[in-house]
Order: sequence, then C-alpha cells, then structure tokens
Amino acid sequence: MHTLKWFFLFFLVPVFIQAQPDDLSKMMEEEMASEPVTDYTTATFKTTRLINAHTNEQVAGGVLDMRISHRFGAINSGIQNFFGLDQAGMRVALEYGIFDWLMVGGGRSTYEKTYDSFLKAKLMRQSTGNRSRPLSINYFAAWQTKTIPFADPNRTNYFTSNFFFVHQLIVARKFNESLSLMIAPTLVHRNLVATLNDPHDLFSVVLGGRIKLTRRMSLNAEYIYQLPGTQPDGTTNSFSLGFDLETGGHVFQFSFTNSPAMIERAFIHETRGSWGKGDIITGFNLSRVFTLKDPRTRGKKKSETW
Amino acid sequence: MKKSILLFILLAVNTAIFAQNIFFTKTAKVSLDATPANPVEEIEATNNEASSFVNKETGDVVFAVLIKSFRFQKALMEEHFNENYMESNKFPKADFKGKILNLSKIDFSKDGEYQVEVEGTLTMHGVSKTVKAPVTFVVKAGKFSARSKFKLNLSDYGIERPAVVKDKINETATVSIDASYEPKK
Repeated sequence: MHTLKWFFLFFLVPVFIQAQPDDLSKMMEEEMASEPVTDYTTATFKTTRLINAHTNEQVAGGVLDMRISHRFGAINSGIQNFFGLDQAGMRVALEYGIFDWLMVGGGRSTYEKTYDSFLKAKLMRQSTGNRSRPLSINYFAAWQTKTIPFADPNRTNYFTSNFFFVHQLIVARKFNESLSLMIAPTLVHRNLVATLNDPHDLFSVVLGGRIKLTRRMSLNAEYIYQLPGTQPDGTTNSFSLGFDLETGGHVFQFSFTNSPAMIERAFIHETRGSWGKGDIITGFNLSRVFTLKDPRTRGKKKSETW
Repeated sequence: MKKSILLFILLAVNTAIFAQNIFFTKTAKVSLDATPANPVEEIEATNNEASSFVNKETGDVVFAVLIKSFRFQKALMEEHFNENYMESNKFPKADFKGKILNLSKIDFSKDGEYQVEVEGTLTMHGVSKTVKAPVTFVVKAGKFSARSKFKLNLSDYGIERPAVVKDKINETATVSIDASYEPKK
C-alpha cells in the first residue's frame, strides 16, 4: 500500500510537467540559450572606401571588386571650365578578397601617373554575444609609386626614389543601424623629399563617419588631420562629404572634396585646395563586385558540397 | 533501502517513457527561394542550423532559425538579406509554433511515410502570421524525419522590395524544410 502511494505520486509529477502548454517553446528557449553564438557586426560602412579613405570594410573572400573613381576640377574654376567638369583625374583598380579577413588591390591613377597596391587585414571584428568586442580594427598597408619624370634629372635618381609607403590602423564602430564612426592613425613614408629639412615620415589621423538616410543611401563625412609637426608647407587638411547609393552589386559614391587624388599619400599630404575658397571638387567612386567563388563551397572539396 | 531502490527505478522508467515523446534536431535544413520567373541571378539561401522540437504525443511542433545563418551564393546578397530585407539585428530569428493537425494519421511505431498538415504561427521580421503547410513524416526505426514545402508572400511579413529590385526578387518565396529528429535525452 505504501509502495503504491509512492508509485502514483511519481507517476503524476512528470504528467504535470508534461502538461505545460508552452513546454516545447521553453525547451527551445533553453536550447537557443545553451549555445550562445557570436554575432559579428556587418556593414559598418557600405563599401571599402568612405570617400577617399579606407573603411574597415573588406570584400569577402573570393570576391573581385572593380573600382572606377573620378575627381573633376574645382567648382570655382568657373563656367569656362564648366565648373571643373572639363578636367578629370581618375583611378581604376581591381581589388580582391583572398580570404574573408585579407584583401589586396592594385590601381593606376592619372595623378602623377601613380601605380598603387595595398593589402588590408581584419585584426578584430566588432561583435556581441559569446565573444563580445566593442570595435573593429583593420591594418592597412600600401605601396605607391609615381612614374612622372623626376624634378631634377641631373641628380642620381633611383627607381625607388618615387616610392611611398602607407601604414594605417583603422578603428571603427557601428553604434547603431544608422551611425558608424571611424578613426585611423596613419603613417606615410616618402623615399624622396624636396629638401633636407622635409621629413620622410608624415603622420595624420583620419576621422570619418556615416549616417544612413535610408536603407540604401548614406551620408558620409571624412576629415584628415595632419599632425602639425609633419604637415608639408602649403598643404591643407582634406575634408570630404559624400553620399553612398547602393543598388544590388553596385555601390555608387558621389562626393565633394578638396583633394584631387585618390591615393593616401596624395589626398592626405598633397591637398592644397580649401573649402573656404571654393576649391571644391566633385567626384564619384563606382564599385562593381563579381563573385568568383561561391562562399558556400569555398574551402570544401567538391564531394562535400550539396 | 529497498524502498528507495524501487523509488529510483520507478522514477527512471517514468522519465524515460515521457522523454521519448519529445524529439529534437538542431541541424534541420531550411531553404528559401525567391528566384523570379526570368532570373537575373538565383535568389536562394540555405540554413543548416535550424532547431526544432516535436512532441509526438501532443503533436506540438516548434521551429527556430537564426536569420544570420542563411547562406547565399554571394556574400553581398547575404549582407543585403540581413541589412536591407530581414533587418536581422532587430529581428535575429524566425520561429514557428504549431500543431500537427491530423496526428492520428501517423503511426510512430510503424515505418512508413505519412502525409499530414501542420498549422501554426510563423514569426519573422517582427510579423506573426498563421501558416498551414503539408508535411511528410517518414518514420524509420523509432525515429522520424519531416519534409515540407510552402510559399509565403514577402510583403505579408513587412519585407519590402524597392522598385529597382522588383524584377530580381520574387514576391513569393518558397520555403523548404528537411529535418531529421532524434529522441530528446
């Protein structure tokens, strides 16, 4: 009799547990909570460039980005030059993601007939959840060389004299769906300088941000502060305003800037125009991506793909 | 002493019986296809990490899937899917709570294929809607799997397609589900 009582008691307890109406939902909640996932922040900026400067965005592994950028003349050059549209500088480039964390690129600019190549790597990714990080950090390094004739052909000029090197740490944070900010301390090294007193190493800080106006359009701003000690004479700090328009595989960036060039050493340290005087240049960047490797099959043997 | 052993056995048997009513998977496959009739490119994504529970005694079914785990053929599609269409930061998961309508049709003790219907509430992109879908249950050796295919309208869930992509993404998306369940321990 005693045993029978126990029997009923224990038979009933699980029935009550079982009869909870939201039983499975609760199980699901526990299941989803039991394996916390790391949620990496994506799309801090729309593309790899804010206006002139690099953002923390990289093209994904196996993706090729063809970029064509134009900068026209200054608006204050008047109707005679059709407000600057008569003259144009451009850069064409192919940029490729080797891995999701590493991209490389090469380009040619009309500005002083410059060739450039660069690599950009993700050091840290902003994330929430299991592995929480407040910021994204990327390392950017570039080699750039101009190929116009040397200013003084009688001097011993080396092939390497025209080289420039750029190192940059890009720190970015997406604060919310609309607002993202970035700061990028930058070092530009010039192999050849005009006089003995000119420094080879120039320091600057890129400050940038974007505000999304709609889901597919954002307003960007970028200011590059040259550290006073190494600012070349006669140069001004680069300031740019731009819009990103995104349509499928294209990103169209329309911009106003006082920098005629699209490579770091030039737009940071060789800008001479001033917004105050109306030396404002209109320009655009056009980006078209091509997926060369399907991200779902990358890194897998053919037999493993479904 | 004797009593406590008996008690223990009873408890163990008991839990075992009840636990076997609940079947579970966390590797269910959910596919979306919104490729239009004259496709520019395939709009198709797969998620192999969906979780689901089925109570075979009551017919209760739950499903949950993280939006960010859908994989597309292009990284940019995936980014746009999350950023512009599903807003996965705001609505990180989609879930379904429902019931097998004609549960008596399924004999879980006998191997075979059983056609039933499942009806319930699908919540995604912050919108809940009732859906009803045909499901094929395949019972084999005490376990079972479930397959289903149904259509949904993107606009029903507040997912807008801007004019420029109207002919690239179909308004109606086909959802395919393939889940193999194991008893929940």
